[in-house]
Amino acid sequence: MSHPTHDYDPHNEGYGTSPKTLSAYITGLILSFLLTAAAFFIVDKHLFSTSTIYVTISILALLQFMVQTLCFLRLNAGPEGRWNLYPFLFAIFVVFVVMGGSLWIMYNLNYNMMPH
Amino acid sequence: MTETMQKLLFGNLTLDAIPYHNPIIMGAGSFMALVAFIVIATITIKGQWIYIWKEWLTSVDHKKIGIMYIILAFVMLLRGFTDAVMMRLQQMMAYGHHLGYLPPDHYQEIFTAHGVIMIFFMAMPFMFGLINVALPLQLGCRDVAYPYLNSLSLWLTIVGAALVNISLVIGDFSGAGWLAYPPFSELAYSPTVGVDYYIWAVQISGVGSLLSGINFLVTILKMRCPGMTLMKMPIFPWTIMCAMILVILAFPVLTVTLALLSFDRFFGTHFFTAHFGGNAMMYINLIWIWGHPEVYILILPAFGIFSEVVATFSKKRLFGYATMVGATFAITILSFVVWLHHFFTMGAGANVNAFFGIMTMIIAIPTGVKIFNWLFTMHEGRITFSNSMLWTIGFIMTFTIGGMTGVLMSVPAADFQVHNSLFLVAHFHNVIIGGVVFGYLAGLVYWFPKMFGFKLNEKLGAASFVCWIVGFYVAFMPLYALGLMGATRRLYHYNNVAWHPYFVVAAVGVSIIALGIVFQVLQLIVSYKNRLKYRDNTGDPWDGRTLEWAIASPAPFYNFAFIPEVDSRDAYWEMKQRGLHPEKRAYEDIHMPKNTGVGFLIALFGGLFCFGMVWHIYWMIGLGLFGIIATAIARTFNHDIDYYVPAAEVERIETEFLKRKNA
Amino acid sequence: MSSHDHHHNTDAIDVFGFWIYIMSDCVLFSALFATYAVLYTNTFGAPGIKELTSLPYVFVETMALLASSFTYGMAILAMYKSNRPRVIFWLGVTFLFGLTFVTMEINEFVHMYLEGHSWHVSAALSAFYTLVGTHGLHVSMGLLWMLISMVQLMMYGITPTMRKRLTYLGLFWAFLDIVWIFVFTVVYLMGVL
Repeated sequence: MSHPTHDYDPHNEGYGTSPKTLSAYITGLILSFLLTAAAFFIVDKHLFSTSTIYVTISILALLQFMVQTLCFLRLNAGPEGRWNLYPFLFAIFVVFVVMGGSLWIMYNLNYNMMPH
Repeated sequence: MTETMQKLLFGNLTLDAIPYHNPIIMGAGSFMALVAFIVIATITIKGQWIYIWKEWLTSVDHKKIGIMYIILAFVMLLRGFTDAVMMRLQQMMAYGHHLGYLPPDHYQEIFTAHGVIMIFFMAMPFMFGLINVALPLQLGCRDVAYPYLNSLSLWLTIVGAALVNISLVIGDFSGAGWLAYPPFSELAYSPTVGVDYYIWAVQISGVGSLLSGINFLVTILKMRCPGMTLMKMPIFPWTIMCAMILVILAFPVLTVTLALLSFDRFFGTHFFTAHFGGNAMMYINLIWIWGHPEVYILILPAFGIFSEVVATFSKKRLFGYATMVGATFAITILSFVVWLHHFFTMGAGANVNAFFGIMTMIIAIPTGVKIFNWLFTMHEGRITFSNSMLWTIGFIMTFTIGGMTGVLMSVPAADFQVHNSLFLVAHFHNVIIGGVVFGYLAGLVYWFPKMFGFKLNEKLGAASFVCWIVGFYVAFMPLYALGLMGATRRLYHYNNVAWHPYFVVAAVGVSIIALGIVFQVLQLIVSYKNRLKYRDNTGDPWDGRTLEWAIASPAPFYNFAFIPEVDSRDAYWEMKQRGLHPEKRAYEDIHMPKNTGVGFLIALFGGLFCFGMVWHIYWMIGLGLFGIIATAIARTFNHDIDYYVPAAEVERIETEFLKRKNA
Repeated sequence: MSSHDHHHNTDAIDVFGFWIYIMSDCVLFSALFATYAVLYTNTFGAPGIKELTSLPYVFVETMALLASSFTYGMAILAMYKSNRPRVIFWLGVTFLFGLTFVTMEINEFVHMYLEGHSWHVSAALSAFYTLVGTHGLHVSMGLLWMLISMVQLMMYGITPTMRKRLTYLGLFWAFLDIVWIFVFTVVYLMGVL
């Protein structure tokens, strides 16, 4: 194997993630803080209309999700990273189906009910 | 003893929990106790407890764990089948003025237990057992990825089955059907402990299933022998991989849903209650998000077994390997987007029903591709009608019919007529018996020599097959007719006497299946008695194509003396065509995991936790929880978990096998 | 191929298996989120989250958890430099941040419960306590795991097995912060709108 003298792999390639570095962590921390603070600020001050806020904070959440995935988890699409990425994408697909499907179905159950 | 003391020590458990007034249950319970006593007495008299503990209860060997799973499945098959016989009998007797012999609440517990046992404690263990027995051997590796977790999964499942059996004599079992729909399964309408037994038995075995899912997926992705790319591995591992992906992504939903129901019952939350804002329909939505993938979890490994059996006994390469892989993946992905077809009638609008109806029709297509591939494999092959092949041919006929009735019901308008009727019951038994049961039995006969070192008697096996398939059609075809005539499921009595002859025929059918099971028991006994005559000396009793047939029967505990290196599909077949040469390399030490009782212990504490939750015995709940966590943590402090088998030992075992093989 | 060589390989296999478990946990949370999304309006006349929560309080909780994600990263970097005292230090800091988070959450629950806003009141509150509480339970298990890890580091040093286990815990901890992003957005931020 590639590291005869070390038992560990500081670049973490054996685990299929990008190298874990201080700069990646600091970037992740700052971006996450900003995205979180922005979301709380927007809601607290009610900066836009309600539906716009819904969309905005959802986008902020998804952005922070990506930031943490890339900066903290260090997920990548390289030849080793793919092994971790594909299960992740499939799980996300199922998450969307479970959440989206449930919401679609449960609200649609009122379709044939009398309006009130 | 004061009442407070009693509550503290025993929770809600009292002597009244034993159903003294019910002769049927007391009879069944006594029979169970008698069997348990005989087993324990035999082991004690023969002084085999140390052997059982060292070699079986603490084993982390996938082959032994597989055998124990299959034993569990067979025992629970007998229990679940007994429930079926009781139901057929009741429905044959209870028409018009006649009330049969079972009161309605007892009948409810029987059909509930029948479903729960057959799915969770017969089919799933049977599946995990066969995977354990065959998968690492087919992949050319020494064990699964996590042998200790493998043992834990087995014992969690066994404890779940134990809880179901205990419920028979201490308390009662759920009468709410195998999926325990609320609001009926809530405390208000099911105040006894039955639903709690159900919840915790399924939860604890569900944890076992999830761990197995992870275990087998990682084994397939990361532990194949050198040269075995994904597209070179046999089809069985492909179907297992997809089934395990389904396990990993679907079982958490079951865990959540049953947990929420248990919170309603134990903590007084209002997820699915009939008031305070609860929504019972959300339960049905969630449970089927799990429930639909579950049936594909059960059928995909059966498809994999058929692929292996058809190729081996047609002496031909499987037709359309790549399309088989593609079809399996298609089924996997599609199985996540069809679940609403289980509740078309719950009230969704036409758009939603249409979407799920169309997706359900689409999922039939890849299955059709598979059927054609098996037929094309058989076409112009040199077919041997071994027992496994008989089960396979029976499957192709039977499953196709069942699949077609499924497509019929995928049309929402048609489903509105037959939802929850006996037509539905006939459909799912058609595909489960014709697909899952026939498939697993085919696999059992196929891999039996590898497990135990001797073949099963063919004649008795053929007789049992004939009884099963004839019995199946006689038992279930009437149910299709009854469903179309308006008979709903789960009826303990009916007024329409015109239905009666059909129920009589169905009862005859179940007795033919019973005869089939008798033949299977006989087959085991006769084969064991004649095991020297049926001994598999070569390790390759069927002239097989895949790597498990390259080693001795039964397989040595380390599987392969040398990890194989392959460069094609049907790797063992290729090796045989090129000519098998004796191994010239020197034997090496082999790294193996040590046996451990931790899995057994954690499961035991899990059982304590569950029993405590059922009866609200708080100290038992705490002890169980603490025990689980403490044992798991203690294990992480143990560094003495593996050892090396000396090369000399390996040489001795291999030489002895080669002598038998070449004799 | 020597059988001693695969030890490095099996660690990667073990970490991959843990990642797969994390994927199953994602689906577990998605079912809880779906339940919350369907039931959060079923307040049965009682006060919902809008009336019961304080955004500044939740912001502090969120910062504590985010900080703990960062400090765990520091522990991992120290692990690569095989600096045991530093690893234990950063694990301790992470533990304190995580403990702050859990304590604040328990405090919130206890206050709500004592003021009569328990899970018995409505489906909406049942869903709230369960979703947020499940996440909190996961964090608590992580804290216990962190303590055990610090003990084992002191006993065994930074062995290959400890590296592997700290990698598991790192995945677990990062995953929990990711789930929290969606909890605070969906439950608290959308709750007060």
